[in-house]
Amino acid sequence: MKVHYKINGEEKEFDIQPGELLLDVLRRNNYTEIKGNCYLGTCGACAVLINEVAKATCTTLAAQVNNAEIITIKGIGTISEPHLLQKAFVEKGAVQCGFCTPGTIISAYALLKNNPDPTEEEIKRSIDGNLCRCTGYVQQIEAIKFAIKLLKGGK
Amino acid sequence: MNGFEYIGKNIGKIDAMALATGQPLFTDDISFPNTLHIKILYSPHAHAIIEDIDTSEAEKIPRVKLILTYKNTPQVLHTTAGQGWPEPSPYDTCMFNKKVRYVGDRVAAVAAETEEIAYEALKHIKVNYKKLPAVFDPEEAMKEGAPVIHDEEGISGVYNPKRNIVSHIEVKAGDIEKGFEESDVVVEDTFEMQYAQHCPIEPHATITYLDEYGRLVIRTSTQVPFHVRRIVAQVLEIPVQNIRVIKPRIGGGFGVKQEIILEEISAFVTLKTSRPARLVYTREEEFVSSRTRHPMKVTVKIGAKKNGIFNAIKMYALSNNGAYGTHGLTVTSNTGSKTLPLYNKAPNIEFIADVAYTNLPVAGAYRGYGATQGYAALEQVVDEIAEKLGMGPAEIRKINHIKVGETSPIFKALGEGREGVTQYIQSEATDKLLELGTKEIGWYEKIRKPAKEATKVRGIGMALLMQGSGIPLIDMGAATIKLNEDGSFNVLYGGTDIGTGLDTVVAQIVSETLGVKPEQIIVYAADTDVTPFDKGAYASSGTFISGGAVYNAALKVREQILEVTKEIFGEFNTKDFILKDGFVISEKSGKKVSLSEIAYQTLYLKKQQQIMATSSFVSDSSPPPFAAHFIEIEVDKETGIITPIKYVAAVDCGVAINPELAKGQIIGSIVNGIGYALTEEYKFSQTGKLINSNFMEYRIPSSRDIPDIKTILVETYEPKGPYGAKSVAEININGPIPAIGNALYNALGIRIHKLPYTPEKVLEALKNKGA
Repeated sequence: MKVHYKINGEEKEFDIQPGELLLDVLRRNNYTEIKGNCYLGTCGACAVLINEVAKATCTTLAAQVNNAEIITIKGIGTISEPHLLQKAFVEKGAVQCGFCTPGTIISAYALLKNNPDPTEEEIKRSIDGNLCRCTGYVQQIEAIKFAIKLLKGGK
Repeated sequence: MNGFEYIGKNIGKIDAMALATGQPLFTDDISFPNTLHIKILYSPHAHAIIEDIDTSEAEKIPRVKLILTYKNTPQVLHTTAGQGWPEPSPYDTCMFNKKVRYVGDRVAAVAAETEEIAYEALKHIKVNYKKLPAVFDPEEAMKEGAPVIHDEEGISGVYNPKRNIVSHIEVKAGDIEKGFEESDVVVEDTFEMQYAQHCPIEPHATITYLDEYGRLVIRTSTQVPFHVRRIVAQVLEIPVQNIRVIKPRIGGGFGVKQEIILEEISAFVTLKTSRPARLVYTREEEFVSSRTRHPMKVTVKIGAKKNGIFNAIKMYALSNNGAYGTHGLTVTSNTGSKTLPLYNKAPNIEFIADVAYTNLPVAGAYRGYGATQGYAALEQVVDEIAEKLGMGPAEIRKINHIKVGETSPIFKALGEGREGVTQYIQSEATDKLLELGTKEIGWYEKIRKPAKEATKVRGIGMALLMQGSGIPLIDMGAATIKLNEDGSFNVLYGGTDIGTGLDTVVAQIVSETLGVKPEQIIVYAADTDVTPFDKGAYASSGTFISGGAVYNAALKVREQILEVTKEIFGEFNTKDFILKDGFVISEKSGKKVSLSEIAYQTLYLKKQQQIMATSSFVSDSSPPPFAAHFIEIEVDKETGIITPIKYVAAVDCGVAINPELAKGQIIGSIVNGIGYALTEEYKFSQTGKLINSNFMEYRIPSSRDIPDIKTILVETYEPKGPYGAKSVAEININGPIPAIGNALYNALGIRIHKLPYTPEKVLEALKNKGA
């Protein structure tokens, strides 16, 4: 069967098997910025925005979200034009191995879209589905706070 | 702060933006046309002989390309431990064995056109197992008459295979029994640490292919690319020269990727089929069939004089290696060698350890490398003896810890699989660590007895720690640096950044030495065809050993640059020259030449040469970093739940080349250690099957599980390290178990002797105490 998505602003059509997971379909089509392979929705490394909501692609059927608008980390910012969240993560030492980073930034981005001035508890809650074994989260939380400051200053 | 331009500065990690924007940097982010996908069949039995294995039905499935078993693969006994040669781990496994030794042991592999077909084919492989009695407890395993796990011919490096003893370690100094007799106070206690896994968010992944010339390329998530090349060559019986290993970005390792467990299978498939092959572990495979921490039971006995000075310390460790003996001798040696020298005042020391095989998953290297288990026991017994003596925990540590200029007989007696190396401490600020840490946690205000009637009770605890920096006279790293036309430098080195930021640290070292900005340093690492050798990422050796090699190479390049400059300036005393901002400047004459100009001159016009140098570094000592950890916890007496409130880590890692990255290492270790202390634990069925092999049932800390964590870097200068640096990556995982254990005692007067500290155990301990 065919599915249709709008990914990072581009219209895309893919051939899929009915039972296929969105993670596998997208990675097979070179959206390798989506990481993760727990296939239980427990690590968060495969998170993308699906119709503006951060979701794990490893527990989402590709067919189930036909016609959805999907934003991956590259839709938020690229290496030549990074988002302030990405800059803040780099500056505050929040990226170690970087495998969980795209998913974590997706979650933080989703938070800030709806709540530009979150509390520390809200920040922690927003990324509590994104497991990180390297950083211990402290610098990630600092980075998100720093990005909030930068985003406010930019306005 | 220290007069350096780039050392001690928070340069953003040089690969961080590429990672934060999702560039295809990891092993499995690149795919090759025509790739075969590999899946593995695992043993359902804890101990069995494969009487026969029939793959004919599976082979008939369309698009199945190749099936591997012990029948059609090389039977070369080796170790999967990616250690220096000759490895101190036993040669006790083949690529596929005729006997399976734990639930999850490898039986066969299928290479097929898709993963789905490979999975389907696994179901059609028929295996006749002859089940054998299994043994899961290390004490039982070592008893006469226990099932013998390794009875195969030709294994080597095992202490006593008939009794399932991988290694036996005995080290003594002074007279231990007399030492206890002459002590005024003696305390002994035992703690048992559990099976746990590293849980890198990127699981093991390997892609292999033949290059245009037919040479084998292995792109793999490894901490040890050069050991991968050597061991794959050994196992597949092919020359080293036929193999190129490339390390892309690695999604975390923590020791588990110091093993060669995927590469040889994928490589063999590629060699047999001439096609690219891909093998990526699932999370379940990562838990069951990669590697774990060594579960250990550690007994510590300390005797002290009335004045609090230790007179005798005895440690016994019983280590469970699971089905194969990887890292058994060295991890368990470190349980003693990285802990006992901390309290060098005791003239009488004994360390005895046994490492046992059992029919459970295989233990290997894990951040902390045995010291974690040693400190879990030692630092609680130190608190217990302090209480008996009526001394404070900080006070007893202050009078007993090792100091600058001092040594310990353990350094020499206990090495990594061979005798160690005598060393004297050259950098240390432990009293200051204790002083600043107690202040930050509010020790003396909080140590008072907590109110017993409250439901939620708070308590505080501490632990003092040391580790090492590389393995002395064993670990070697090398680096090449060359100058380009624009004054930039290529750094080619074998060091293996697995997410720690080593590549950035290395860029800073070169920047400082050659007076150029880190942006002008192009770091390329860990490609066996391109870069010089390095032992890899383990033993807390990155900054110290790999960084030391880069520093040495930079010094040589500096000399070459100065030599050329002499002629350009017409001056002959290079001591007058400084390198700064991409220029060589004569402080005597004020003359100035850019590195770019020097490069153009030497590449194209005069004194023609490539300015470049290669250098190596091996150290005759392993300077320990030190840390003092403090925690405040809250315990709910009704639920038994322990909540960490505040954590303070005062750390001496010498000069922190990049303090922000050092802080990340410290906090990451602490949070990993808190997980090990409170929730992380393998659970097995009666038949030895791991039953919680996923993140829902094996809980690692999330952002909402962390306390307020404060890190304090106390700078010392280590003369052996590049720009005064020591290691920082491992030491801080050792603190949480004893600090929380001591805080529990402070809060409720209970000690829990079997980790982790779960709510059930807290409630049970409270019940037993009759509270």
